[in-house]
Amino acid sequence: MPACEFIPNTPEDQRKMLAELGLTDIEELFADIPAEVLKRFKPIGLDPMSELEVSQLVRGMAASCAHTERYVSFLGGGIYDHYVPAIIPHLILRGEFLTCYTPYQPELSQGTLTWMFEFQTMICELTAMDVANSSMYDGGSALAEAMLMAKNVTGRTRFLVAQSLNPYYRKCVETYAWGAGLELGDVPFTKTGQLERSAISAHDLAGLIVQTPNFFGVIEDLCGLKDLIKDAFLIVSVNPISLGVLAPPGVFGADIVVGEGQPLGIPQSFGGPLLGLFATRMSYVRKMPGRMAGRTVDSAGTTGYVMALQTREQHIRREKATSNICTNQALMALCATIYLATLGRRGLRRLAELNLQKSHYLAEKIAKLPGYALRFSGPFFNEFVIQTRKKPARLLKVLRDEGFLGGLDLAPYKILDGNNLLLAVTERRTQAEMDRFVKVLKGA
Amino acid sequence: MGTTIFDIGEAGRMGLRLPALDVPERSLTELIPPELIRKEDPKLPQVSQIEVVRHYTKLSRMNYGVDNGIYPLGSCTMKYNPRINEEMARLFAHAHPLQGEELSQGALQLMYELGQYLCVIGGMDAITLQPAAGAHGELTGMLIIKKHFERTKELSKRTKILLPDSAHGTNPASAAMCGFEVVHIPSDSRGLIDLEALTAHLDESVAGIMLTNPNTLGLFETDILEITRLIHDVGGLVYYDGANLNAIVGRARPGDMGVDIVHYNLHKTFSTPHGGGGPGSGPVAVVKRLEPYLPVPCVVKNKDRYILDYERPHSIGKIHSFYGNFGVLVRAYTYIRMLGDEGLRDVSTNAVLNANYLRARLSRVYKAPYDRLCMHEFVLTTKGMSAEIRTLDVAKRLIDYGVHPSSIYFPLIVPEVMMIEPTETVSKEELDRFADALIKVAQEMKENPHLLKEAPHAVPVYGASVRRLDEVRAAKEPILREPPSSHLPSGGGQ
Amino acid sequence: MPYPKEYRYTKEHEWVKLEGTRARVGITDHAQHELGDVVYVELPKVGTFVTQMKEFATVESVKAVSPIYAPVSGEIVEVNRELESRPELINQSPHEQGWIAIIAVSDPQEVEHLLTAEQYEKLIGSH
Repeated sequence: MPACEFIPNTPEDQRKMLAELGLTDIEELFADIPAEVLKRFKPIGLDPMSELEVSQLVRGMAASCAHTERYVSFLGGGIYDHYVPAIIPHLILRGEFLTCYTPYQPELSQGTLTWMFEFQTMICELTAMDVANSSMYDGGSALAEAMLMAKNVTGRTRFLVAQSLNPYYRKCVETYAWGAGLELGDVPFTKTGQLERSAISAHDLAGLIVQTPNFFGVIEDLCGLKDLIKDAFLIVSVNPISLGVLAPPGVFGADIVVGEGQPLGIPQSFGGPLLGLFATRMSYVRKMPGRMAGRTVDSAGTTGYVMALQTREQHIRREKATSNICTNQALMALCATIYLATLGRRGLRRLAELNLQKSHYLAEKIAKLPGYALRFSGPFFNEFVIQTRKKPARLLKVLRDEGFLGGLDLAPYKILDGNNLLLAVTERRTQAEMDRFVKVLKGA
Repeated sequence: MGTTIFDIGEAGRMGLRLPALDVPERSLTELIPPELIRKEDPKLPQVSQIEVVRHYTKLSRMNYGVDNGIYPLGSCTMKYNPRINEEMARLFAHAHPLQGEELSQGALQLMYELGQYLCVIGGMDAITLQPAAGAHGELTGMLIIKKHFERTKELSKRTKILLPDSAHGTNPASAAMCGFEVVHIPSDSRGLIDLEALTAHLDESVAGIMLTNPNTLGLFETDILEITRLIHDVGGLVYYDGANLNAIVGRARPGDMGVDIVHYNLHKTFSTPHGGGGPGSGPVAVVKRLEPYLPVPCVVKNKDRYILDYERPHSIGKIHSFYGNFGVLVRAYTYIRMLGDEGLRDVSTNAVLNANYLRARLSRVYKAPYDRLCMHEFVLTTKGMSAEIRTLDVAKRLIDYGVHPSSIYFPLIVPEVMMIEPTETVSKEELDRFADALIKVAQEMKENPHLLKEAPHAVPVYGASVRRLDEVRAAKEPILREPPSSHLPSGGGQ
Repeated sequence: MPYPKEYRYTKEHEWVKLEGTRARVGITDHAQHELGDVVYVELPKVGTFVTQMKEFATVESVKAVSPIYAPVSGEIVEVNRELESRPELINQSPHEQGWIAIIAVSDPQEVEHLLTAEQYEKLIGSH
């Protein structure tokens, strides 16, 4: 009997195949591995398990985790509890999407290449940019790659980073910058929670990195920012859902727009897999990292799609490539494509409005409570910071006992002084849930 | 063919109804400054739900996946993706990465245990699960090397990364992203690293070597112990690209070969689906002395509790927004637990057996530049078989036989190359079908070459949905998106 | 395609045509043949100085990128903008319309050391 249901070869198959090779002992196949290496081998100490047993084991682990089906979540900070339409998991689990690879043979990959082309179009439309790739790993690494691209185009190495940037993205940017020998400076924020423009100097600048809505949920005013930094790159990280109501960075002259695509129909999944969005201007397309699909025709003149501009990529340009990135987050980009197709033109706007309206409802209610105040006066989208008299850690405990994931305590990030709680409100939250949340806060 | 979602639908259609607003509605301009409000809706599709389902179902049928048949891309390990993996991953779909350790013990336990298993599988001491793909793991490894030499104050002289000329393109690109100079080491007539050429480059300027073992020719570097010793003798570090781990999993370990840093491809060796190009996962394991440099946070166990440890002053920092592709980790964990030690060993046994069986059958017709036992993959060339037919034509003709071609034109050191990796999850009958098809194509090459030149011929049922595509045209005049509005159904938007 | 006698050549398959103190440069018919369909040319900037046998431009086919080495040192005084929209000129007319740049030669002696048409034909013949 074969050892495991994933391996078809029976001992009889093996015997026949070895005979074809003129061998009798299967171990002879490994004769090139030095005996010394084979001798040092140690097993993990795991017995095989049946599917049934493994399923019980992993279910047990999952059961000891909180999740937003069990708790009412106001937790954001880069990952959001949006509703995922039922058709998405059904469609992406089709084997031809799930089990194929990078479309190296375009004639057998028209499905993947077509939706990649659609995805690129949708991201361009959302951001008002000319060209988008078919995705990066996540929002943090996409931002870091944008910085590297700006360095390659401008030939300069000094970047300014908004302090209101998501601190996890900031960490990624710092790591990549250190690797590439780049210099990072800070741009503080004002009482509105927006960029302190007077701190921006265009001198010898490669790029300005700004996020909107920023980590505090505050919408940055991008007007005139590009003029301020001249030919340095304006790199903007966005929440794609917010672009249903917010003017896209492209109209403000952004050079690169990146973002975390998780809100577009992708489960929170304990922080991954996520989806890095990346769009730029056509004039920089040859400096852009990542895979792209392009439209062409076949030998009979029929429209079809292929991987485009591959000479930018590592498998051809090797150490001179625009990036080392090889794969994209294809399946997650497919989620986003189906999501945006399903919501459609009006749906996205309506969804953004639901987020905006509900978050303002909650913010206003909380701000009226004694011991709570809105931290920033600037406009916000679906997330905001409240200042609390009590320690957020204590509040979160009380809230949890009442069935809430009550937001993010900002103390560990050391960006703001005092007690601050970051709250996110998506379309999933109802008025009843929010009213109950306010009641618990009041009594806490 | 060529129809996109933008070509269907009508103004006013939608695919999902949203709930009504249940709080008092305020005017938009009251909430957002007018100059920051979107003036024109993005030109997204306007389609009903059934249209979405039919369109993407149609697209799926224009694809070929592991579920459809053999997918023998070399160094890609296109093995079967067990569906139980998907079900297990979805159990964690609604967990938020910042919900706190206390509420995340099961997820952290899974990460911790997977890390432990991978460390044993690689013969290593410590691990990060954060890299989202193999190339991301390489970058992490290069950053770790850089950090190490920064700390030993040797960074100014340790400037070179050595790379065999059979390496994947991601290797040189990853090294270059960290400011290292890439030095290519030629392969010798055996298809292995040329020891003499290697020795000639060895001095104190070497930061490390990146190697793939077995290499991309499918050959085990028999001098591996000598190579790692030589590198260590000049103070360099050895990075092991785990792309080909499927050849040795369960029976030999990189750590036992003297390797300092290893990346694993969970989407190759550990059966997680490739998804059309991702998500993958590229954990990186290191020897004890490099542990301080791993990205933050690391999952550690403190008595019975699992903790996300950020207090690591010498860490390279973060390379992913959160903890990596957690959903992929769940899949790999499930797979390893199902197989156990015995199953993992069966993987490499059968992967290597299948590759050698195919090689034996095919090398009678095609030329095997290194005609000897291989590991989990092997290379063939069409060079010298025909004046007009190239390997590209052979690959396209294979499509007409309903099988996916192998990798072609890689590794770069063999002209007109095919790089074939069947994996352990292919049956003998399927191997025979693949071999029969390739042998038939070799015959056609002589008797009827235009069949190859014109392939594929657009065959129904998991054949090509189009004929050969014009890649020159796509590169010369790139069309990378639908035009901003012209073709869209009118009357949409505001 | 014949290799013009009045041109000089490099081992890396570039050609040079001296026009007074200026050198018109491009890649040879042999090189374009090896490359296949050229889809993009990355031209150097006018005003930059190039050094003999250092990379100064790249030519791309669908799946390859080839560095082009400066056959002589000097200042780039003109580039063939036509190639931006019609890269196929390199395939169609490598020695004439497919020229890449004009270099103001800083050391005429360098030209003397390049291959003659005869020597170059011999070189590629032995390939």
